[in-house]
Amino acid sequence: MLGEGILKGLGETARNFAGSFVSADRLTTVQYPEERIAPIEATRDFPFLVYDGDDWEAGLRCVACQICEKECPPKCIYIVKSTDKKPDALGKPQIYPARFDIDISVCMSCQICVEVCPFEAIKMDTEFELSTTDRFGGLLYDKEELAKSNEHYHKIHPTEAAEVDSRLAEEKAKAEAKAKAAAAAAAAKAAAPKPPVAAPVAASPVAPPPPESEKQG
Amino acid sequence: MIEKLDQIFVILAHWVVSFLPVWLQPYLMVLLGVVGIVVTFPALFAITVLLERKGLGRMQNRYGPNRVGPYGLFQPIADGIKSLTKEDIVPLSADAVVHFLAPVFLVVVVFMGYAVIPIGRNMTLVNIDAGLLFFFAIGASTELSVFMAGWSSRNKYSLLGAMRAVAQMISYEVPLLLSSVAVVMMTGSLSLNKIVDQQNQYTYGLPHWNIFTPWGFAGFLLFAIAATAETNRSPFDLPEGESELVAGYFTEYSGFKFALFFLGEYVGMMGISGIGTTLFLGGYSAPLQILGFVPSWLWFFAKIMLSMCVFIWVRGTLPRLRQDQLMNFAWKFVLPLSLLNLIVAATWRFMGEGPLRWIVCSAILLVVYVFMGRLGMKREHFGPRSYRYAE
Repeated sequence: MLGEGILKGLGETARNFAGSFVSADRLTTVQYPEERIAPIEATRDFPFLVYDGDDWEAGLRCVACQICEKECPPKCIYIVKSTDKKPDALGKPQIYPARFDIDISVCMSCQICVEVCPFEAIKMDTEFELSTTDRFGGLLYDKEELAKSNEHYHKIHPTEAAEVDSRLAEEKAKAEAKAKAAAAAAAAKAAAPKPPVAAPVAASPVAPPPPESEKQG
Repeated sequence: MIEKLDQIFVILAHWVVSFLPVWLQPYLMVLLGVVGIVVTFPALFAITVLLERKGLGRMQNRYGPNRVGPYGLFQPIADGIKSLTKEDIVPLSADAVVHFLAPVFLVVVVFMGYAVIPIGRNMTLVNIDAGLLFFFAIGASTELSVFMAGWSSRNKYSLLGAMRAVAQMISYEVPLLLSSVAVVMMTGSLSLNKIVDQQNQYTYGLPHWNIFTPWGFAGFLLFAIAATAETNRSPFDLPEGESELVAGYFTEYSGFKFALFFLGEYVGMMGISGIGTTLFLGGYSAPLQILGFVPSWLWFFAKIMLSMCVFIWVRGTLPRLRQDQLMNFAWKFVLPLSLLNLIVAATWRFMGEGPLRWIVCSAILLVVYVFMGRLGMKREHFGPRSYRYAE
């Protein structure tokens, strides 16, 4: 009969209304500032820069290759390359970011910067209580504010961080083995009689930066 | 003592007035009544809004506001301060005068409706013979305010919302009036005081309320549906459907003007609940003869707050209708049934006392209701969709 469904619906809401006073587990609300629930592991909001060791400035993994800057859809990353080089985590001299700014009021948390970074230098943070009274400067984060330790990364995304660490260790071992082989070859070459024209090529210690215009992902 | 408590406001007003010269007394009497109404109903509005937010929350298994004061009881105060301190924005291309007048007009009109409602025994501000007519005439002019708001904003959402509102309110005005005409037919008077007096009698301790008759029950349901649509409440809140029209006709309103619209809406709801109470639920009379010692005005307020709770309950339950469903419902279901209800009321009147008229009247209404329900619920079966693409 007409109207039956309405009565049934009214009964349902009445049951909800009364039930919410009787059983507390009906209420899904978390009373936020006092009560908190731990974020799930895949939580992400804004990017941060990972550094190894204790010194954030020396340990930054970022080499200012600017891929993230190019790929960022809302263009919230601003990078200035350094003119000099500093040794990176592997000991190789690398260019480093003289400036690295992210405007989190523009960032849309898409994680594309993380996906394109070949150096595992930029990762997504979970910190969400970022309110500030300065809506322009307060939301424009510079290098120092963005730098967070690898331990922090391990704390917020343990599985992912462990994976990244093992990959980096593998790469480091490979690089060391390669260096050792190169050294051995050099030593063997030095022991061998010199060829007549040996203009030693100044091998660049830095690999050329990956092509920037290429679209990744 | 009981009599004094019942008449406490009347006695107070007479006492205050007695300090003035005689020729001024009637004017001050009216002024006191107006002040009373203008203070009481916004206070009830604040309570209703809190009740609605908490009640709706509970229906959706959440807490509702609970931060301001104990259990969130001071939330209306916080809301009020917020809307008073907000910036008042008038669009550059809006018609500034009409844009300003629309909310003012709404509130004035809505409060004017209270002039004729009997709030308690001897507590009608203006006891005119055509009180019901006055209320509906005043109530109908809220449409003008809605359209003023929508038109002057110069915004497509506002205009669409206002168009919808006017179409809907005019459509539902007809069943609203027709369902109350049944009461007028039975009472033989348009005076709301007479209508209440007629219901304020008891047989075996039970009241003679109109809702306890077949035509009264059907009339009350039709009146409730039409009143819900008339006040743009869910499930008939298409004029302010957030999902498609931002906020409908008051999209371009902010700050205190928005608060005035909000106030007007709720005070209008209370006004129409007051009329419904007067027509069908015995106005200020007690539901049982032995409860007659409770002051009459308390019964009135209890009844309108109860109907506000029903409004909230329905809002928490039903989803919004579509525009065509709304119109079909008004013209194809509510209107024929309210016309039928007039015939049933006449039958009831001329069949004389006895159980026979109960059976006949109930049967007519029930059969037609079931039949029309079946007819209305018959689904139209469409074939598979076919598309014809442009060559």
